[in-house]
Amino acid sequence: MEYSPRKVANNIPSETRKAAPRAQPSVDLRDPWVAAFLAWLFPGLGHFYQRRVTKGILFCTTIMTIFVWGVILGGSRELGWGRAVYFSARPGDRRLPFFCQVWVGLPVFPAIIQAIRVNSGKEPLWNYFMAPPVLVPERDDPQDIYPPFTLDTLHKRLHRFFDFGTVYTMIAGLLNILVIYDAWGGPVAAVEESSEEEGPEKA
Amino acid sequence: MQRPWWEFLWDNDLWFAIPLIIAIALVYAGTRFEELPEILWYAARVARWIVGFMLVLLLVLLVLSWFQ
Repeated sequence: MEYSPRKVANNIPSETRKAAPRAQPSVDLRDPWVAAFLAWLFPGLGHFYQRRVTKGILFCTTIMTIFVWGVILGGSRELGWGRAVYFSARPGDRRLPFFCQVWVGLPVFPAIIQAIRVNSGKEPLWNYFMAPPVLVPERDDPQDIYPPFTLDTLHKRLHRFFDFGTVYTMIAGLLNILVIYDAWGGPVAAVEESSEEEGPEKA
Repeated sequence: MQRPWWEFLWDNDLWFAIPLIIAIALVYAGTRFEELPEILWYAARVARWIVGFMLVLLLVLLVLSWFQ
C-alpha cells in the first residue's frame, strides 16, 4: 500500500493550514496491519518490516532505552529487577500502569508469565524479575525481609525510584502507541506552522 | 556547615526528565517526518516546547509559593 503524506495534506482545507506541507517521500507501508502488529510486538520491528530502517533504529533505540532504564530504576539486585513492571488484578492491588506498559509488547511478557504463575500459586521465576509483590508478608517472614516482598516494602526500599521506574516504562509504552500508528498509517502529514521557522534544506 | 549552592544540582530529580524529553521529542518527531534531518530538526523544536512548558509551570508554582 502506497502512502503519500503530501496527498493527505492536500485534502486539509486551506484555512486550517498556514502554509504548504513539507514535501516528503512516499512510503511503502506493505501490509499495514502486519506492520502494526510487529510494531506492537517489539518497538521498531514494524518499521524494519516496511524497510524503513532509519526510523526502525530510532524508535527501537529510544523506546527500549527508556524502558530498560525504567526496569533498572524500578528494581535492584536484592529485590529483583523490573519490580515496577508487573501485572496484578487482585483486589487491593490493581496495577493500572500496566495498561500503559503493555504497549511495549514482547519486553513486558515476563510480567504476564509471572502474574499467571503467582495466580496459580506457583513461585515466580527469574529471581522475581517483573514479579507482582505479595499482598501480605509471608507467614514465615512476618518482617518481610525476603523476596517476593509486599508493595509497601518495595516502595520503602526503592524510594522514589519505584515511581521513576513506573513512569519511564509507562511512557515507553505510550510512545510505542505512536510508533504503532506510524507503522500502520505512515507519518502524520506535517503542516508548516509558520513560515519563520524553516527546517533543514533538502538537497 | 552550609552546603554549597550547586549541590542541589546533583540531588535534583529533574535530571530524570532529560532522557524522557529526548525520547518523547524524537519519537513524536519520528511520527511526523520520514527523513532523519527533518526528524532531528522537529525533535529539537518539540524538546524546546516541552522545556518551555516546564519552565512556565515552574514560574506558576514559584508565584503560588509566594502566597503560601
